[in-house]
Amino acid sequence: MRLDVVLRVGVKLIIPFMLLFGLYVQLHGDYGPGGGFQAGVIVAGALIVYALIFGLDEAQRVVPRRLVEFLVPLGVLIYAGTGAFALLNGHNFLDYSVLAAHAPAGRERGILLVEAGVLVTVSSTMIALFYAFSERGR
Amino acid sequence: MSAITAQLPGLQVVVPLLGAIIAAFMRRGTLAWAWATLITAFTPIIAFALLFQVWSNGPISYHMGGWPPPIGIEYRVDLLNAFVLVLVSLVSTIMMPYARRSVAHEIDGDKQAWFYAMYLLCLAGLLGIAITGDAFNAFVFLEISSLSTYVMIAMGRDRRALVASYQYLILGTIGATFYVIGVGLLYLVTGSLNFADIAARLGEASAAFPRPVLAGLAFLFVGISLKLALFPLHLWLPNAYAYAPSFATAFLAATATKVAVYLFLRIAFSIYGVALDLKALPVSTVLYPLSIAAMFIASILAVYEQNLKRMLAYSSVAQIGYITLGIALMNQAGLTGGIVHLFNHALIKGALFLALGAVMYRAGTVKLDDLGGIGRTMPLTFAAFVLAGMSLMGVPGTAGFISKYYLIVGALDAGKWPVAFLIVASSLIALLYIGRAVEVAYFRPVSKAVAHAKDPPLMMLVPMLALTFASVYFGIDTELSAGVASRIAELLIGGLK
Repeated sequence: MRLDVVLRVGVKLIIPFMLLFGLYVQLHGDYGPGGGFQAGVIVAGALIVYALIFGLDEAQRVVPRRLVEFLVPLGVLIYAGTGAFALLNGHNFLDYSVLAAHAPAGRERGILLVEAGVLVTVSSTMIALFYAFSERGR
Repeated sequence: MSAITAQLPGLQVVVPLLGAIIAAFMRRGTLAWAWATLITAFTPIIAFALLFQVWSNGPISYHMGGWPPPIGIEYRVDLLNAFVLVLVSLVSTIMMPYARRSVAHEIDGDKQAWFYAMYLLCLAGLLGIAITGDAFNAFVFLEISSLSTYVMIAMGRDRRALVASYQYLILGTIGATFYVIGVGLLYLVTGSLNFADIAARLGEASAAFPRPVLAGLAFLFVGISLKLALFPLHLWLPNAYAYAPSFATAFLAATATKVAVYLFLRIAFSIYGVALDLKALPVSTVLYPLSIAAMFIASILAVYEQNLKRMLAYSSVAQIGYITLGIALMNQAGLTGGIVHLFNHALIKGALFLALGAVMYRAGTVKLDDLGGIGRTMPLTFAAFVLAGMSLMGVPGTAGFISKYYLIVGALDAGKWPVAFLIVASSLIALLYIGRAVEVAYFRPVSKAVAHAKDPPLMMLVPMLALTFASVYFGIDTELSAGVASRIAELLIGGLK
């Protein structure tokens, strides 16, 4: 009998809540402590915990290495792309006020997009670091 | 058209930054190289447009994100940083065609695209430091350029590249930390991060809190000195330059330390100098002995070095000594000499390291003993090496002579004739180490390693010869180099309190 059954079941139960909490921290960044960086770490934590219990191969089946390498620059691209969108509309780089009819609404939307970019890059960088260390000696 | 003109300061950084991100998606080295070359070629166009705009209309201010300074981040372009932007972007553009074969030769296929992404990121960081008018934003760009530099160095073929990169990582991080502590102290007493705003408030703040202002200067000084490799804070540089991929060495030697010198000028002359009496602050007092020590000790170390890349790295430390000596003189001619040497040295060292990169490409080694007779098997490459080396020594008719001339005039103007004598004396040491390489290259029998070497392909040859030509040409036509440098020195000195 596998002795880690408690861990396996426990982790499977916990992971959805971790992801949900990550999303909460991400979106709550507008009103209180939180934001893309913290949320990214929590989301990456969910995958890392999965890898610790179910093994690296299983984790890489869920999130392959190539996907991680794709996501790292993608997040930065979302961020910079948001800024460049303002440039294309004749405003200064990162001027979010162009994103909606009213400037404050545009800025709120801009922050939302930029933080989404941060989430993608931070979570995938964390996973990439974890993969890099755990693949050593293979 | 005017819409684009207004966005130029932003584009100067955004173009290479976006380019770096897109390069990171690429998998094939050649594709990434073509992309990086294209992106790099845009940057001098923007830089020249900015320089012309500044030359005719005065400083440009660009509000990042539409937030006006001092709250928002301001990109402020005046003559000094327009000059640095032109230098960095132009040298990189000239070097890019060289990169393809050299990088393909020295870096594994799957890592080449990464290398170009890091290169573009580093370029964006360096241009960012040069263009921003915000002390903290400069720190962020400093970190961007440094982190990408660590990666580039670590990609060297030699296993020692990893250690060199790690050494630089530790020292570079200490430098950046000191810089940010200095900025923190200034923020504490002035409540601002904008360079111009700090300068406006610093005089009053210094009357109330003299010590934090002085401590801030000390932290900024040491932090930036680590980055620009001022003797004795240069220890990271020889190994980093020696074991990094050849192209990275040439790129970094021509740009990275120069941008750090720019940041130093900005802090010393545009912040402290505007608010306080710069000559009463212990800047020159510290810079004099360290610059002269760099000129001599680093040059002598270069004479005894067997690895040519390390030899040139020590020579870089010595040449930085000349630049900081020009700053320490704090008079019109001296400062002109420092700034023009910043420009000339970038061209000269770029040419020399590209020549060594070509030797690495053909002969696979840059150890002096293995290179007997290489002047005969790689005639054009070594002709470039010798010409650029003569410019390094300061032979009349070359760019190096112009820098030394202004420095000597500056030293005499300051009434420091022993310094003028030391400048000449240390130049003679350059004759020794360049001469040693020439002796091996031309007067020894052809050794085994170089017997089948020949000049590199055209794509590598042309950038190398172009930079060599420039390092001689700017000794004859000094309009763009000394002419602009002298205007900058005038503005900096004129702005002093």
